[in-house]
Amino acid sequence: MSINRRDFLRAAVSAPALALAGAGEAEAMRAPKPVPPDAVGMLYDSTLCIGCKACVAACREANDLSPVMEPGQEGWNEKTWDSPLDLSAKTFNIIKTYQHGTMAAKDREQNGFAFMKRHCLHCADPSCVSACPVSAMRKDPKTGIVSYDANACIGCRYCVYSCPFGIPRFDYSSPTGKIGKCEFCRHLQADGKTPACCHVCPTGASLFGLVVDLKAEAQRRLALKAGDAYDFPRGNLSGGRSFGKGKGLGDGQRQDHREGGPDAGDAPKQRRLRERAHLDESALDGGHKPHQSPHPGRIAPYQPHLYGDKELGGTQVMYLSGVPFEKLELPTKVPEQGYAALSEGIQHTLYKGMIAPILFLGGLAALAFRNTRKHGDEEGER
Amino acid sequence: MSTHEPIGGRLFTKPFALLLVLVAVALVLMAQRFMGGLGAVANINDGYPWGIWVTVDVVVGTAFGCGGFAMALLVYILNKGEYHPLMRPALLAGLFGYTLGGMAVIVDLGRWWQVYNIFLPWHAQPNSVMFEVALCVAAYIVVLWIEFSPAFFEKFQAEGLKKTVKGFMFLVIALGVLLPTMHQSSLGTMLVILGHQLSPLWQTPLLPLLFLISALGMGYAIVVFEAVLASLAFKRPLETDILARLSGVMYGVILAYLALRFGDLILRGALGVMFQGGAKGIMFAIENLLFVAAALVLASPTARRTPRNLFLGALAMLLAGTVYRIDGYLVGYETGGGWTYFPSVPELLVTLGIFALEVVLYLIFVKKLPVLHRLHKA
Ligand code: SF4
Ligand code: SF4
Ligand code: SF4
Repeated sequence: MSINRRDFLRAAVSAPALALAGAGEAEAMRAPKPVPPDAVGMLYDSTLCIGCKACVAACREANDLSPVMEPGQEGWNEKTWDSPLDLSAKTFNIIKTYQHGTMAAKDREQNGFAFMKRHCLHCADPSCVSACPVSAMRKDPKTGIVSYDANACIGCRYCVYSCPFGIPRFDYSSPTGKIGKCEFCRHLQADGKTPACCHVCPTGASLFGLVVDLKAEAQRRLALKAGDAYDFPRGNLSGGRSFGKGKGLGDGQRQDHREGGPDAGDAPKQRRLRERAHLDESALDGGHKPHQSPHPGRIAPYQPHLYGDKELGGTQVMYLSGVPFEKLELPTKVPEQGYAALSEGIQHTLYKGMIAPILFLGGLAALAFRNTRKHGDEEGER
Repeated sequence: MSTHEPIGGRLFTKPFALLLVLVAVALVLMAQRFMGGLGAVANINDGYPWGIWVTVDVVVGTAFGCGGFAMALLVYILNKGEYHPLMRPALLAGLFGYTLGGMAVIVDLGRWWQVYNIFLPWHAQPNSVMFEVALCVAAYIVVLWIEFSPAFFEKFQAEGLKKTVKGFMFLVIALGVLLPTMHQSSLGTMLVILGHQLSPLWQTPLLPLLFLISALGMGYAIVVFEAVLASLAFKRPLETDILARLSGVMYGVILAYLALRFGDLILRGALGVMFQGGAKGIMFAIENLLFVAAALVLASPTARRTPRNLFLGALAMLLAGTVYRIDGYLVGYETGGGWTYFPSVPELLVTLGIFALEVVLYLIFVKKLPVLHRLHKA
């Protein structure tokens, strides 16, 4: 045999070590996955939320989930109140409250309070999809909705373990437990409807639309001064139009106020832009239901950042808030790529499309062949 | 003529009965789990969706099963034939570590009746580290049984079959080195996707390498550990020479591990996190003190010749690798939201029952099958 054992082993041991240690994280990482161009999303503006939980009730109804009563609530709750404390396999959407000190003012960090809506963020590069061994978690290439398929799922809970936002939940109380998480009412969207939470939200705190449009809307709000008057759109940012199966908007059809952009500092101009947009929409809408009327309000003192724009590769559900985002259970010291980019990168660096393992196997087989032959009788039985 | 022989002797002893009781208890609890859901027995929750059944039964359990892998690397790849007498007992431990680890997975899977989906190409998800681990482990279990099959063929005097298997054994041996290299490192890669949820004391792109090296160390340790225990239990002379040399190899592996582990921590500037208090810092200290202890006990060639040191060194190494895995998968993990987890007693009993079953099977096999090396002076 011409194979040089020493060289082979040295290469076999040092190649992956070097690939990982020497190249460093940046080079091991695979290219991040961007948000699909026609992705749908949600803008949750914590400053608009009044904590009415209409969205929580609507979510239950839309997803056929029965009300939840937590243990210990029996004293005051005669099974008439839906009173979940957290997300669970049976609660896909929940409103939580940030509270501090006297809680005298809304959207204030000190002695204030704020609302937070928690559910799946439909990440651009989702950890749950990368983790799932059986493709039970999938990301729709067009809408970007991250869906769950109980018929594929083996219940390993790697998605629960890996999601950086702590979203998917498993039902530990049932012998046939499933994962539960927001799937952005994809069944409603397929019928041309708006996700239930956005549809019922009275203030526009939960706003549905195309991610590009929502981003523009958020930037407009961030560009205004606190106290400025503003007409907050409600329900579906694009009027009654839907983006369900085969019903996505083409580029040319998108709301034109997107181009109005954040440059517009004055409210009247904003309003004009919006009105024009709405007119354009009703013209385009055809037979669709008219959009919901906007909610006139005032711009709150925002944190100067749109959460979800860049975090972990971007998310299709994005947040505006008056209090710092880490107070709202959102991880803030995170990279601008999803963690899947590094984990898949490492895996693929090591395996190089299975070529490396096959070469390695060849080398091992050659050595094993030579060494089992050489040992004579002692090794005879092997 | 085989160079191995069954050691014979009475099977049904008092300790054996005790082990069987532990197995029975675990079986009852498993039945409970299948009827009432995971929550009926285990304390896992959405903040700690993986408890000791994943961490100990599977991740630690398969590392304990790395004896066969580590020895095959030494004997067949590095051509150190002198270790050959340790090969079969090592394979045996691997056989049970992996087979039972693979079975324990079923108990932990929430939707276990659909587990075959992993093998259906239209469900395959090759980007998933777990997908790769699952396939590799499944394949390695088959490989281990083939590697071990000559012992059966000798027992039942199927010389023809033995010859056939021997013909392609070199390929099986190669797979038996490749597959654990892949999945033991991937068990480390599994944690990379946790990102910030895993403390910087453990989160590093070197996770696959650290898991692989520590699995090798645990593989050598289990072989030494088992040899010392077997010599005590079955009153066989200790093969001190060979065990001393093997412990030297183990010593080298531990040093390599420690160099890499601390080199990485220092380069990433993560060492200070240790002093931020709490369980993480304490467990990190315990974990690495165990590695250092194993290295210290085995540091000198003379020390490696005393059975006591051999035993203590192997034990420290096994504990170190175990704590490292528990830390990486559980202690170092925090998803936010104030979740806590500590295994319930029934949960612990299931894990204990699985380990008891491993020992039971080991005893049956060494007593009835040609596993241990024939003594020169019987
Ligand atoms: S938030 Fe979690 S569950 Fe939702 S897509 Fe992202 S990783 Fe998946
Ligand atoms: S629990 Fe189900 S959906 Fe989640 S990763 Fe496992 S198989 Fe995929
Ligand atoms: S319906 Fe709207 S305002 Fe009411 S709790 Fe939900 S997000 Fe807030």
